[in-house]
Formats: sequence, C-alpha cells, structure tokens
Amino acid sequence: MSLTRKSAAELGALIASGEVSSVEVTRAHLDRIATVEDKVHAFLHVDSDGALAAAAAVDARLAAGDKPGPLAGVPVAVKDVLTTKGVPTTAGSKILEGWRPPYDATIVRRLRDAGLVILGKTNMDEFAMGSSTEYSAYGPTFNPWDLSRIPGGSGGGSAASLVAYEAPLAIGTDTGGSIRQPGAVTGTVGAKPTYGGTSRYGLIAFSSSLDTPGPCARTVLDAALLHAVIAGHDPHDSTSIPAPVPPVVEAARQGAAGDLTGLRIGLVREFAGEGAEPGVAAAVREGIEALVKLGAEVVEVSCPHFTYALPAYYLIAPSECSSNLARFDGVRYGLRVGDDGTRSLEEVMSLTREAGFGPEVKRRIIIGTYALSSGYYEAYYGQAQKVRTLITRDFTNAFEQVDVLVAPTTPFVAFPVGARTSDPYQMYLADLFTIPSNLYGGPAISVPCGLSEGLPVGLQVMAPTMADDRMYRVAAALESAVPPPVPPDL
Amino acid sequence: MAAAISRDEVAHLARLSRLAVTDAELNTFAGQLDVILQAVARVGEVAAADIPPTSHSVPLTNVLREDVEEPCLTQEEALSGAPDAQDGRFRVPRILEEEA
Repeated sequence: MSLTRKSAAELGALIASGEVSSVEVTRAHLDRIATVEDKVHAFLHVDSDGALAAAAAVDARLAAGDKPGPLAGVPVAVKDVLTTKGVPTTAGSKILEGWRPPYDATIVRRLRDAGLVILGKTNMDEFAMGSSTEYSAYGPTFNPWDLSRIPGGSGGGSAASLVAYEAPLAIGTDTGGSIRQPGAVTGTVGAKPTYGGTSRYGLIAFSSSLDTPGPCARTVLDAALLHAVIAGHDPHDSTSIPAPVPPVVEAARQGAAGDLTGLRIGLVREFAGEGAEPGVAAAVREGIEALVKLGAEVVEVSCPHFTYALPAYYLIAPSECSSNLARFDGVRYGLRVGDDGTRSLEEVMSLTREAGFGPEVKRRIIIGTYALSSGYYEAYYGQAQKVRTLITRDFTNAFEQVDVLVAPTTPFVAFPVGARTSDPYQMYLADLFTIPSNLYGGPAISVPCGLSEGLPVGLQVMAPTMADDRMYRVAAALESAVPPPVPPDL
Repeated sequence: MAAAISRDEVAHLARLSRLAVTDAELNTFAGQLDVILQAVARVGEVAAADIPPTSHSVPLTNVLREDVEEPCLTQEEALSGAPDAQDGRFRVPRILEEEA
C-alpha cells in the first residue's frame, strides 16, 4: 500500500521501527501534493524545504535514541490561521499577504516538539468566517469527492488535504463548526476539543470566547493521537484550562472494541424537525441504530433553547470579531494602502481595511459594530449572552440524563461551489447543529456515517466539558461498525 | 416587514469600523445585513430578563503567573512585518492636521 494511504498511527509505527524514514514518508506526501494540488487547492503554502529538513531532523533524533512520541516523523498540514515562525501565514486574507510571523503558535510548537513534520498551510475562509472555504481571498478549495463541490469551511483546506491523501493529519480551528462541518462533508474525522483544552496562543483571533483548535484525521484513533499532542495547559493563554488532558487515546482504543453497553445516548427533540435534508437524516438514523446494536440506549432529551443558538452565535461571534479585527490597522503588520503622504492615519486605515478584507469579513465587522453599539447592545449582544447561558443550562440538564448527545453534524451534504455565496444567511445555516457546543464550550466530534446521494454524511457526538475522552470512545465505536467511506480516485 | 437597518445606517457603521466601503458594496450589504439582522433578532423572543449573561465558558478569573522574566521578541522581530518602520519604531501616517 502506498505510504499516503496509511493512517498516522501506522506511519508513526513504521517510522519508529525504522522500516521507513520520516524523509521517505514526507517525500511521498509532497509528491502526492504535487500531483493532485492543481485539482484540490487545499494549501495556501507548501513548505517543501522546511518539511524535508524537519523530517531529516526527526530521523536523526530517532537514530540517536530519542523517542518524541507515537506520531514522530508523521506529516501534518496546519490551517493557515495558526502562526508558523518564518512561514507565510495569511488566515486566508489579503490583509496578511506575505506576512511571515516572528513566532510559532503554541500548538505549532507542540507539533514540532513531538516530531511531527509540517507540510504547509491549508486554505480557509478568510479569518475562519464561512462554511465552504469560498470566502478565502485566494480562491476556493474543491472537495475531492466531487470537484464541483465545496469541502466545507472554514477549514476546508485541512479536511480536503486528508481526503485527497495529501496529508495524514491536519490541524483545524472550530469557532462555530469549522472543524466538524468540513469533516462531515469530506468523510473525515474532525474534533472540537473542550474550549480551553487547546491553546489559542498564536491563533489569529476571530471570536476569542469560542475559537478552539483541534485535530482533523481520517480515523478516530489518529484524531485522538493528534489531540493528545496539541492539548494541555498553556500559560500563554489565560483561558487555557489548568487540568490534565482527558485520556483520549485510551478512550479511542477502548471504543474500537465496539462495546457501548450501558452508554446512554441523547437525541435532542428540538433538532428532530430542524433542517436536516432527508438523506442526511436517514444516514444519521442508521448510525444511531448501529450504536444501539453495540449496546447503547437511546433517550430523547429536550434542549429548548438550541433553536436560538444560531441567532445568538451570529451576534456573539461578529461582535467579538469586530473588536478582534481592529488590530488590522496597517501599522504593525500586513497591508498598508494609500499612504502617499497626503492622507491621514485614519484615511489610510480605512483604505487599507477596505482593500484587505473580503465581503464576509466586512459584513461581520459591520454586524458586530451594530450589535455592540449604544442603544442596541442590550437587545442584541447582551441578550445573545443570556441565551448562551440558557443553552449551557440545556446541556447541563441533558447530561444529567445521558452520557452524550448525538445529531447530524451539518444539515446538508457538500453543496456545489457558488450555491450559497450570494445569500450569506443560507451559508450560516450550515452551522445549525455545530454551534450549540461552541456556545457551551463542551467537546464535539464529527465521524463519517455513510453516504447520501454518493456524498459523505457526518454524525456528531457531543460530550460534557472536559469529557473529551467520552466522545472519542463513542466515535471509535461508530467507526468500527460503520467503516468510513472511500473517496473516488482523483 | 420594515427594514431592520437602512443603507445610511450601514454607511455610518462602516465609517465607525474604518472601512472605506464603495457605493456598490453599500447597496449589496444593506439588503444582506437586513436579512441577517432580522434573523438574529429572534434572540429577543427568549424571556431572559433574570438570566445572567455568559461571556465565556471557562470560569477562570484573574489568571496570574509568577513575576519572572521570559524571552520575548526582539525589536527587529517585532518590526519585521511592519509596512513601514523608521529608527526602530513603527512609522505611521500623520495623525494631527498640519498647522495652517
């Protein structure tokens, strides 16, 4: 079997045993990128030289007897929203074109310390705002399942790189579903850890109270292995949780044994009638039946405020974004436009931001400015924060009755490129089922769960805060019963 | 339904946001933002007068660290991405109006 078809766990074992070198594995993935990238456009920057140098360094570490961990020497693709020292980082925006950060994000640092080899930076909706990767300033990524369709977003590049076999692992960030929804529509695994379980230091901020980095992979075990590398307390992030990382790898291995006896699975009553297209609903029903066959018990629960999660999110996230993106002022880094000696700082700032930001980013900045402005603050932002409290209470109540909640990851399969860009609110609906976990802060994972109309469907498992291991156990059990679909050859 | 937001209001918000939007953008945005705001205004249907707001899901306050020196960026590194720098500082366009 070709090296690019193997799982990260298999590659790590082959490299550790000396059967193949990290340089060979890295070269195989760079060759694959060179072959298919024209069709997929998963990457904004491929760092061939840096990857090969890192691979050679890992091979030397292993030869010297160092044991950096089970993923040492395995390549990984990193979403372009995380800073990489000296390697271009754009967040999918023209305003950061050509920027080379002077420091590594904590997560990037941890990848390097664990011996992973960074292949490059993946495409994304600008500043992670979007659900299709069409809002990237550098052109869309195409879904390897059907190149006329979107790979989800905002982390469409990371998900597409996995399913195109360009990378065995990828890093994403999930603010409203940007890891899980791309996972669902590409037939890959995407996990949003507990908020605060993974560091935001060096993550270019969109919505600071929601942004959560996490693992993307083709198998549940691979996602758990990557989760274990990147998670854990970081003193550089004041919202980082000072507690041990839940035993996610052990849970994934345990779940793969396929026994869920005694596990209680909650179905959210309020999601039942909401928006999932029939093929998606049918595939998820079959997935739930598979979990029942493994011993799980299904319980219907009520989360009455989930209906308001989407509106609350689309007030909270834009509000935080309008504040966070104020830092792009044409002074300290990135683009500066119109500085011809006649214009004031304020004029230069306005021209720079006008030229550097795309339409979706501008829409969200304007909505956020509106929701935070005097006279509207209480009715919009303040009220959305109260709804967030009620959604959190819904989760807390539900988890008194059940161990996990399950739902579709996203209401629809991958849609054609261009289908939703002219109506922004239609794009927002992609996040209907993913947003509640972001507002609550608990972990959630999307696992492949069959096909609808020949395209992948994802089943989402949501768990209580810091019970990330529980979602991996259920996800691995589902994977053992419903093997992930194999994408067509590119 | 009456518009939640007018074209003039969008223009005002764009100015506050330091976005020099074009007339064409204003025409597009006004309609789109109206659809979005009508949809998100649904949060107002929830009876939440006595509910405390949640700004954050992690209940941490006053996160402190030991007062010890740590390595940080050099001046050169900090200025490495600047569009314009002079004498080891960020150079900015004029801030004050010139005197007559």
